[in-house]
Amino acid sequence: MKFTRLGSTVLIAAVTVAGLSSCAANEMAQGVSHSELSGTVDGAGASSQGSAQETWIAAFQTAHHQVTINYDPTGSGAGRKTFAAGGAAFAGSDSALSEAELRGTFASCAPDSSAIDLPVYIAPIVLIFNVQGVTELNLDAATIAAIFTAELTRWNDPAIVRLNPEQTMPDLPITAVHRSDDSGTTKNFTDYLHANAPAAWDAEPADGFPFPTGEGVQGTAGVVDTVKNGVGTIGYVDASKAGSLDVAKIKVGESFVTYSAEAAAAAVDASPLIEGREPGDIAIDLDRTSTAAGVYPIVLVSYLIACQRYSDPAQAALVREYLGYVASPEGQARAAEFAGSAPISASLREKVQKSLDSIR
Amino acid sequence: MSAPAELQIRSTQRIGDRIFSRATVFAGATILVILASVAVFLVAESLPALVADPSELPGTQTSFWSYAAPLAFGTVWAAILALLIAVPLSIGVALFISHYAPRKLAQSLGYVVDLLAAVPSVVYGLWGIGVLAPALQPVYSVMVNAMGFIPLFAGPVSGTGRTILTVAVVLAVMILPIITALCREIFLQTPKLHEEAALAMGATRWEVIKLAVLPFGRPGIISASMLGLGRALGETMAVAMVLSPSAIISFALLQSTNPTTIAANIALNFPEAHGIGVNALIASGLVLFVVTLVVNMIARLIINRRKAFSGAN
Repeated sequence: MKFTRLGSTVLIAAVTVAGLSSCAANEMAQGVSHSELSGTVDGAGASSQGSAQETWIAAFQTAHHQVTINYDPTGSGAGRKTFAAGGAAFAGSDSALSEAELRGTFASCAPDSSAIDLPVYIAPIVLIFNVQGVTELNLDAATIAAIFTAELTRWNDPAIVRLNPEQTMPDLPITAVHRSDDSGTTKNFTDYLHANAPAAWDAEPADGFPFPTGEGVQGTAGVVDTVKNGVGTIGYVDASKAGSLDVAKIKVGESFVTYSAEAAAAAVDASPLIEGREPGDIAIDLDRTSTAAGVYPIVLVSYLIACQRYSDPAQAALVREYLGYVASPEGQARAAEFAGSAPISASLREKVQKSLDSIR
Repeated sequence: MSAPAELQIRSTQRIGDRIFSRATVFAGATILVILASVAVFLVAESLPALVADPSELPGTQTSFWSYAAPLAFGTVWAAILALLIAVPLSIGVALFISHYAPRKLAQSLGYVVDLLAAVPSVVYGLWGIGVLAPALQPVYSVMVNAMGFIPLFAGPVSGTGRTILTVAVVLAVMILPIITALCREIFLQTPKLHEEAALAMGATRWEVIKLAVLPFGRPGIISASMLGLGRALGETMAVAMVLSPSAIISFALLQSTNPTTIAANIALNFPEAHGIGVNALIASGLVLFVVTLVVNMIARLIINRRKAFSGAN
């Protein structure tokens, strides 16, 4: 007994030391680039980017010891408002600035300049399910809409069986799980359904789940838990949180597509930009109905919103450097590793970098 | 002969007396000031939502009241269900402690019940999701199959057990200690003469309780229940975690779609709310404030009306 306890203590100590030293090694590796930057930058906005921002900030501040970056995950709407009022130098937002917002003024920006949207965070949304004896599930938008509006109530409904001829669907009731709190995940998921199956899903996309059907659960973790512990359950979550649960394939064009980081980034690349914006503004008009090969259409795109020109040049330099790191391959890889996002494609990165270079 | 001039007797005022009386006045006034400032905040922040165009409110609404009605209904419905479960149980536990249990056991049982009150509501919420809901789900399935023709138990049954009945059970456990502790104290105060008189008439122990203890304790039981009801109405975390909410008015106990409570709805939606949505949430808080006030006033009324007949005076 005593020996075991001693053994485990030693083990814990060893692991801790190893962990700490590896940490230190990391920091040294990143701290090599010597930096002249100093100052504080405040950002606010989307909570979807929250964990990605944490890892970006940690890495950036390690490389630039004199810089402090704050990100307050207050929600997209609140973030855009704070930014417009001058309370933040950049905003995170799950939707690009609206025409009305662009007509207004931005207090942190130079008087005659406007704000630009930079898509730097792509998070695929997947459908996770827990149905006895079923490990692969093919679904199309109309069927998903019918499941989440409780039009389809049993897993062996002909509409589902027709899409899954190779599976034996059990005679189980369907429990469709959705978020009970307001969330950008819900908005993008319902946007996909509304665009692809407007007849079955006639509600406009919104942060709150629109129908009084199915099972509502708080938070991403809650949805995952409920799907995992329930019987005949299906729910939608950020791909990074799906864990070991089975993920449904989505019908795009004539084939069924599995989620992947590349397919999610491809969906963004395949979508046109919103016309008539300022140069440098990369607001994407997500094409949820794309039938191009290798596209996974249920993605959440989150933007960083910055000024074209700042009234304070020091802020401009800091924001340019920080957003440059966020958009860089290292920044994107770091977010993919720690926050489970899909890295933006090289072509999109080029566009973002060009916009960033124009920030003064 | 005239009566001697009346002597004015005045107590000597010491400094300690004055400080203490001022301190109590201050303490009493603080409560009123805090309550008033909460009310002012709620009303001021609610106004924009009350006068706003319904299209700006969260969801598709025809007016603020169509937004608040299901929430207010769910709040009261969940609290009433919790009370229906908790009050009989509490009275039973309190009677056992005060009149049936051996002294040693009564004491330790009392401690255990008080301990229930010390468990944070988040823990009750986790217990509700992790243990209670999965355990009750098969029971619900059987109930829907056997009694589905009764509207209360109508299907389709929830696949996870996270229904309003589960919430009511969790809430009942949470308010149990308050009601039990108060009832126990009240039952112990039953005049010994009443009880002995009943015994002398040949009453059994149950008849003593029926004839002496319960009539004496009735106003106390009611005020204890109302304290419990107040906690159930305002409980936030446990409901937000356990319930599967929808914006509907429904009496069905075992389905996935349940009316949610005001407090839980605020907790769930405040973090991402913006613009008029924030005001709508605060306005729903004002509705809860009014509901609680009305419930407490009704309770006062009942207690005052019953006091005369209880034998407590």
